[in-house]
Amino acid sequence: MKINQIILPLALALATTLATTGCKHTPVKTTPIPGPTSKNVNDAGNPITLPPGDKMDGGGPGTGVDTKLGGGGTAPLDEFDGMIKDPAALAANTIHFAFDSAAIKKGEQSNLDAVAAALKNNTSDKLLIEGNCDERGTEEYNRALGERRALAAREALAKLGVSPDRIRTISYGKDKPADPGHDDSAWSKNRRDDFVVLHPKAGA
Amino acid sequence: MKKIILLTIGLAIATLTGARAQEINIQSEINVLGQNKPIPVALSGFTGEGAEVLKFDLTVQGFSFVSPDAAQYLINGSDAGSVSGTLTDKFAKRQLLSRSYNGASLRRQAHAFADDIVQAVLNLKGIGQTKIAFKTQPSGNGVGEIYVADFDGYAAQRVTKDGAIVAKPTWVPGKLAIYYTSYWRGNPDIYFHSLSSGQRSVIAGYSGLNTSAAVSPDGSKVAMVLSKTGSPNIWVANADGSNLKRITVGDEDSSPCWSPDGQWICFATKHNERRRLAKVPAGGGTVHYLDTAGAPNPTEPDWSPDGKWIAFTSQMRDFNICVMPADGSAPAAVLVGGQNPSWAPNSRTLVFNRALGYRQTLSVLDVFTKQYKDCVRVNGSSSQPAWAK
Repeated sequence: MKINQIILPLALALATTLATTGCKHTPVKTTPIPGPTSKNVNDAGNPITLPPGDKMDGGGPGTGVDTKLGGGGTAPLDEFDGMIKDPAALAANTIHFAFDSAAIKKGEQSNLDAVAAALKNNTSDKLLIEGNCDERGTEEYNRALGERRALAAREALAKLGVSPDRIRTISYGKDKPADPGHDDSAWSKNRRDDFVVLHPKAGA
Repeated sequence: MKKIILLTIGLAIATLTGARAQEINIQSEINVLGQNKPIPVALSGFTGEGAEVLKFDLTVQGFSFVSPDAAQYLINGSDAGSVSGTLTDKFAKRQLLSRSYNGASLRRQAHAFADDIVQAVLNLKGIGQTKIAFKTQPSGNGVGEIYVADFDGYAAQRVTKDGAIVAKPTWVPGKLAIYYTSYWRGNPDIYFHSLSSGQRSVIAGYSGLNTSAAVSPDGSKVAMVLSKTGSPNIWVANADGSNLKRITVGDEDSSPCWSPDGQWICFATKHNERRRLAKVPAGGGTVHYLDTAGAPNPTEPDWSPDGKWIAFTSQMRDFNICVMPADGSAPAAVLVGGQNPSWAPNSRTLVFNRALGYRQTLSVLDVFTKQYKDCVRVNGSSSQPAWAK
């Protein structure tokens, strides 16, 4: 099953033409190409014309997205959504990783202790752990590695008594470097978990 | 053609050692996968866009452009106003094609002529009128959009306006529909997007990572990477996201793709702290690790539509595009610098992205001759191309 399968009848027509006329002195035949400016082919015969734009009218995010579709338990917007992000509160406690590793370094324990203490002291807060990678890895590999870094911190925090239910993870792979440079110094800063405190939304 | 490839696998083993390539030149000296030399053709009469299209399309399907004296095939014709042309086999002293084209655009006519030439010489369906999807990041802040374009990058159309990180578009076989990842809701979720209606829906939006959708050859199932149970693993669901089943349990799995018979899923994983490629039955079962000796740190596998090859990215000092026989009968061949290979329907051409400075550009590679040409660029850094098939 190919996108261009609808071209096949044209090819067959050509093949038939060649077969019936022979190859030696083939007269010039004209092949109509279906397309936007073609007058003799209807829309259904054109397999690759896309609709103009993305057909996602309405401007704002949200329109055109039906979160109810997808029969398989698509996550509804849950209690984490709408909480107020506070990236500054624990910015000093970002933890860093070795190249291509999701193992928590021993030296990061004090940072994890601080994160755990902050959550214990503010029981209505939740936590978003953002896993990141340096640029030395393929995109989807890094997306998985960043997720594993975030999950490793969640496990470590669970051992310190923070319920994993209060923690959400997200991986940015290599898409959100802390340092845009391309050297060892930048890479070591970019292999990290950032901790973002989530405060309850107003009125909640 | 196919016979030639099979017969020369032995040769491929012998020539592997010299195969590492990072050169930018179009011509290759050693071909490790089969055919040694491009098919020499001479082009005359075409001067403008038609010549450009014919050269691009035929180069990435194993032809090289030489003087009439050195050519086996002569392409003569015109692209003044519309495309018409003939194809002559000089050796057989026979005219193989004589066609003219009208309608659509001059580009499309030239692509159609290229397809006819490929069919006449290689007995393969040409790729001149196929599409790719990809992501483009206008600046370095990670935010991007999903685009669809002709396979050579022309006629690009943006299909998202999420203003968010997006990733890994993939086509539903035979349909004007794609899946991709978008962070638009604040979480990496997998979307199904009908390009004919513009309607889209989230088919996987679980806690944690939802990414790398890959559609089964019959379109009924989607493999993807989810981390909802505590590690990034391969899951398979129905096309709408229902009937979800976890099929791997490793620490860190990524980039699933399907075998063309729908029986296997090949993916990247970590085993004993080493990056490996592996395959697992699509319904779950024993994981088989693949041997990619000579091509370390493999990720991003893509299985060719004819079932014979697995293309992937190997990370040495830089990233390289590699291809190996899916049955493991020969070692992997390192082809050119780049990432994210995706097979064309013809099972011999790949689209991939390669570094131009610190940006990525899309490029199209003929695996058997190692000839490649860069696609026309959308502003910014483009990557993760997926070929419609």
